Amino acid sequence: MPRAFTPKVITANALIEGDVIYFTKDDTWTRDLACAEYLTDEAHAQLRLLDAEQQVDLVVGAYLADTTEGENGLEPTHFREEFRRTGPSNYFHGKQADSKQQDGQAA
Amino acid sequence: MYHYNDFDKAFLAERNRQFRAQVERRVAGNLTEEEFRPLRLMNGLYLQLHAYMLRVAIPYGSLSSAQMDTLALLAEKWDKGYGHFTTRQNIQYNWPKLTDVPDMLDALGKVGMHAIQTSGNTIRNVTADHFAGAAADELEDPRPVAELIRQWSTDHPEFQFMGRKFKIAVSAGAQDRAVLKAHDLAVRIVKNDAGGIGYQILVGGGLGRTPMVGKILNDFLPREDLLPYIESTVSVWNQIGRRDNKYKARIKITVHETGLEEFRAKVEERYESVRPTFSGIDQDLFEDIKAHFAPPAFRNAPTVEFDSAYDANPLFRSWVDTNLTTHRAPGYSVVTVSLKKHGETPGDATADQMRALAQIARDYGHDELRISHEQNVILPHVHKSDLPAVYAALREADLHTANIGLISDIIACPGMDYCALATARAIPVAQQIATRFDELKLEHDIGHLQIKISGCINACGHHHVGHIGILGLDRAGVENYQITLGGDATWNAEIGQRAGPGFAYDEIVPAIERLVNGYLELREGPEETFLVAYRRLGLAPFKAHLYPETQANAA
Repeated sequence: MPRAFTPKVITANALIEGDVIYFTKDDTWTRDLACAEYLTDEAHAQLRLLDAEQQVDLVVGAYLADTTEGENGLEPTHFREEFRRTGPSNYFHGKQADSKQQDGQAA
Repeated sequence: MYHYNDFDKAFLAERNRQFRAQVERRVAGNLTEEEFRPLRLMNGLYLQLHAYMLRVAIPYGSLSSAQMDTLALLAEKWDKGYGHFTTRQNIQYNWPKLTDVPDMLDALGKVGMHAIQTSGNTIRNVTADHFAGAAADELEDPRPVAELIRQWSTDHPEFQFMGRKFKIAVSAGAQDRAVLKAHDLAVRIVKNDAGGIGYQILVGGGLGRTPMVGKILNDFLPREDLLPYIESTVSVWNQIGRRDNKYKARIKITVHETGLEEFRAKVEERYESVRPTFSGIDQDLFEDIKAHFAPPAFRNAPTVEFDSAYDANPLFRSWVDTNLTTHRAPGYSVVTVSLKKHGETPGDATADQMRALAQIARDYGHDELRISHEQNVILPHVHKSDLPAVYAALREADLHTANIGLISDIIACPGMDYCALATARAIPVAQQIATRFDELKLEHDIGHLQIKISGCINACGHHHVGHIGILGLDRAGVENYQITLGGDATWNAEIGQRAGPGFAYDEIVPAIERLVNGYLELREGPEETFLVAYRRLGLAPFKAHLYPETQANAA
C-alpha cells in the first residue's frame, strides 16, 4: 500500500539572498508560509513542483514540504521546516527578525 | 606567517575573477544550479537552511592581525556582525548574499586569504597544532610542512574530483593537539634513533558514520620524501577507493577493506613511479617557506607586573591558571582566549571581538593569532609582563572567560540552527550545559572534561572523541540525543562507547548533570579526571547514574 498523501507546500531558497521562500497560487514566491499555496492533492502537487522548478533564475532546490492547517494557518509538521520558517534559536536572526521588521514597517 | 608572493596573488586574483564571472552567469540565467553548484562549492560557498554560508580557510589555524581585521570586516559589511570558527580551523559566515560573495573573496584576497578547497571532494584546508611554534613540547614548528602541503594540494590537477573529501593534519608536539588520528592522513613530525627529523604518516582515521582511529602507514619518512609519499597515498585511494557508495568512499574504508599491509604495498608501488617526478623543487620551496615562519624576537624582561597581579587579583589568577599553557621561550606564555562564554554560541566571535583580538595581538602578541579545532582563539606568544594588560583588554571585549579544558569549553557544530545536513540542534544544548554548570559553580571542581556535540552523524562536532559525546538525531520527527562516553581526541585516541537509549531535547541537560554528579561521587579524588575514572571503572557505574529509572526497575 502506498502511503496516504499528506498536504504540502512548495519551498525553496531564493537564488540571490538564499533565504527560505514558498510558492504561491499565482506562480510567485513569498517569504511568508501563510501566503503559500496549500497542496492537498498529490497529482496537483507534483505538477505545481514542476512549475516551481521552471523558475531556475529565482530559486534553488524547490521541494515539497509537509504542512498542516493549524489554528494559526499553515504550519510545518517537522521541526526542520519550523526552523526554516523561523530562523536559528541562538540569535534573533532570519525570518523571525525579518518579519518583525516588516511588521514594524507596516505599522 | 606565510606571506603571499606575486605568483600567489596573481593566482588568487584570477580565481576570484573567474568566480565573479560564474556568479554573474548564474544570476543571468546562463548557468543552471546543477552547473553552478560544483563551482560555488570549490570556492567554499554552501547553501544552508536560512541562507548561503561562506567557509573561509584559515590554513593551519594561523592568522595575522590584518587578516583577523579582514575577517571582522566581512562579518560587519556582508554578514550579521559575527563569524563562527569551526572544528577545522575555518571561519563560516552564515548570512552572505550570493551577489556579495565575489566582493568578500576580493577583500580576503587582499590579505592573502581565500575559500578555495574548503568544500568539495578535494584535499581540504590543512590543519595543525594550534600551539605550533610556541609549545614547549614540540620538535619544530609544523606550519612550514602544513604550508608546503597546502601549496602542493591547491588546484592539484589529480585531486580535484575525488570520490570524497580528504583531510590532512600536521603536528610536531609530544602531545597531540590536532586530533591526528581522526584524519584521512596525518603527518607527525618525529625524531628517529639517529636523531634525524622526519615524518610518521598516519592513514585512515576519521569520525562520521563509521568512526575509525588512524593507523601508522609509515613510521619514518625522510624530509625530502614527504610530498611524493603523500601524493602516492592519495593517488592510490583516488584510484581504488569506492565511488559506488558515498558512505564508503573515505580512505578509512579503503584501508579497512584493503587491509593496511596491502594498502601500504600499493602505496609503495605507486611511490616508485611518483618519486622520480619530484625533482627537488619542493625542497627548495620548503626552505623558502621555512624562512616565513622564523620565530619572533622574544624579549627578556622582568615579570614583576605579572607576579603582583597574580597575587592581588583572584579573577586574573583563575584565568591564568585555566587559560595559559607553557611556552617554549622563557618568560612567555601561550594564551587561549575562550570563545565559550557561558550561554553563548561556541566558536562565535563578533566583529568587535575580532578587532579587539587583532589589536591585542598587535600590541602584545607579535602580531600572531591562531584558531583551535576546539573553537577558541590563541595568542601564541605573550610575554608574562604583558599578561595583566592582555587580560584587561580581553575583559573589555568580554573575552575573558576562564574555562579552557573545562566542562563549558564545549565543541558544538552549527547543527539544525544553520546546517542543511543536521538532524538536530547542537548549539542550544551546549549553551544550556554551560549555563547550568556555571550556575552550579562546579566546573573548576569537575576539572578537565571535554564535551563534544554534533547535530548529525557526520560528526563535525567530534562527538566520538569527546570524554562525553552528544549526537543529535531525528527520531520519528523529534530531536533525540545519544550519549557516548570515554572518547579521547589525543594521541591515545579512543572512540567513545554508546551509553544507551537517547534523550529528548528537554532531557539531555539533566542527563549530563546526573552523569557528572555520578563522576564526582565515583572519582578517587580531584586529580582523577572524568576520562581516567571512566577508564578505571568502565561504562556500568556511569550508566547507573544516566538511567536511574532502569536501575530502579531492575532492582
